[in-house]
Amino acid sequence: MAVYKQTYRHYDGRLTAAWLRFTILSQFSYAHLFQSRFLVLFMAVCLFYPLGCAAFIYITHSIPLIAALRFRPNTLPPIDGTFFYVYSVVQGTLAFLLTTMIGPNLVAPDLSNGALCLYLTRPFSRAQYVFGKMMVLFSLQSLITWVPGLLLFSIKTGCEGWAWARTNAWLAGAIVIGPVIWIIVLSLIALALSAWVKWKIAAGAMILGVFFGGAGFGHAINSIVGTQYGSVINISKVMHTVWADLFRHGFMDTDLTTTEAWMVLGVVCVLCLGLLAKRVHAFEVVK
Amino acid sequence: MPPVVECIDLRVRFGKREILKNLNVSLSGRIIGLLGPNGAGKSTLIQTLLGLCPIKKGTAKVLGYDIRRDIRHIRSLVGYMPENDAFIADMTAVSFVRMMGELSGLPSESALERAHEVLFYVGLGEARYRKLGTYSLGMKQMVKLAQAIVHGPRLLILDEPTNGLDPSARQRMVRLIRDIRDSGHIHLLLCSHLLRDVEETCEEVLILKEGRIVHSANLEEERQTNLRFVDVETSGDEAGLTAALADLGCDCTDVRPGRFKMLMPEGFELRDLYQVAARLDLPLQRLNYRRDSLEDIFLKAMET
Repeated sequence: MAVYKQTYRHYDGRLTAAWLRFTILSQFSYAHLFQSRFLVLFMAVCLFYPLGCAAFIYITHSIPLIAALRFRPNTLPPIDGTFFYVYSVVQGTLAFLLTTMIGPNLVAPDLSNGALCLYLTRPFSRAQYVFGKMMVLFSLQSLITWVPGLLLFSIKTGCEGWAWARTNAWLAGAIVIGPVIWIIVLSLIALALSAWVKWKIAAGAMILGVFFGGAGFGHAINSIVGTQYGSVINISKVMHTVWADLFRHGFMDTDLTTTEAWMVLGVVCVLCLGLLAKRVHAFEVVK
Repeated sequence: MPPVVECIDLRVRFGKREILKNLNVSLSGRIIGLLGPNGAGKSTLIQTLLGLCPIKKGTAKVLGYDIRRDIRHIRSLVGYMPENDAFIADMTAVSFVRMMGELSGLPSESALERAHEVLFYVGLGEARYRKLGTYSLGMKQMVKLAQAIVHGPRLLILDEPTNGLDPSARQRMVRLIRDIRDSGHIHLLLCSHLLRDVEETCEEVLILKEGRIVHSANLEEERQTNLRFVDVETSGDEAGLTAALADLGCDCTDVRPGRFKMLMPEGFELRDLYQVAARLDLPLQRLNYRRDSLEDIFLKAMET
């Protein structure tokens, strides 16, 4: 058993690099989040679809398997932009559910009990705080979206050869950029709403509300006013429009142009950053 | 050695309201008390020293570093125990204090070792694996102190450290503050409403009122040079007695029916007072001889 001297002792040992300290928040957040078995299970479930996709890519390139499974080669869907668009929609939805689960746990507990002043009175900035918390969401969502997406691209390259990879290099870019944008938007919304309401349960409900409520209201506005601009508050639809463009998926029934969709995402990010700048303070000034 | 805290024409404003008005002071004591009524600007001064409030004019220096230029460095040298609740409810004390140590720059292993050490030091050794949400108010105060000293700061800022503590917990906190002071490695800035806490621990005191400095003094020197005085209660003619004492060079203040306060000049002994009372045939009902306490200094400062 360790024995500790009960006296105050000064510390004069070495210090860590200041710019890397945002990772400390991420480390402690991982440790806390992964105490939940449900989250571990959910993360595992999120990898089922990419595994299925990997198996499908392998099967489409294995003539003995196609023959054994009695598939007709011409009827199998091609591995192209549409395939990865569908992949992004499925994994993007799971990323949204993951954000709803873990996003409110990251910021709300710090703000509800005034712990923020303890972070910000250390050599640690507000930007580092937000970045550290965002890293948690970014890394976990990346694990279920673009990282397996790139692995699928690699498997396809392995099966088809480098010529295919060179021709479809844009697809690799879309596989990374599409989900990364979605992750940034989701993370900012989750952090901003959690910082605003400071209560985990309410923050989770508000994140769901922003997406489902936004979709419902957007549809209602479109129906009542007879316009398509109600879709600007349907963030999922806005994101699907951007993905459809990135993956060159031509069958999307979209109300917004790609430029409008990018602008909406930009505005959402700016609003969330503004809300975070307003709420993430060491002390609140009471007027 | 540079002063611990130095304010140079420091002005802080929130909107149209000026909270700190032209502060000029240099404090070098090992433990400095910051006093003042509610709304005097004590917490704003602390927050300004930590770089959390925008400065309108002037500047301040902490341990010789300018808060406008070197705030990150200042924050690495300072430990701060806030007045209000500041914890993460579903973290254990040891991981909370360890995280705060790591955020101050301690490597992971050192932060863990020191987290255990400081939690034992503040008396939470047995409860260090409990979640902070389950802690009592007194324990939360101790955790706040632990996180403030985990990285071994050179200046420890304590904002109302004895708030909400029962008498024994208060005594323990005051003892810890004295012990930290006596370690010799650290300066302390103690902000408190409780004059007794400041009197028991501080060497130097800064009194603020409405954003201005109304008194700044070395308490020890003040105690030595302070006027001696006697609270006198008599059932007779206090006007005659005060006039007779005035002839002997004594200032009598705070005169009310049957009682007054007499400041004793150098060389004046209580025997002289008895002699005057005997000469006037006045019964003295009560004499209370004392020196100025911090309370008197504070009240005097509040009158200015």
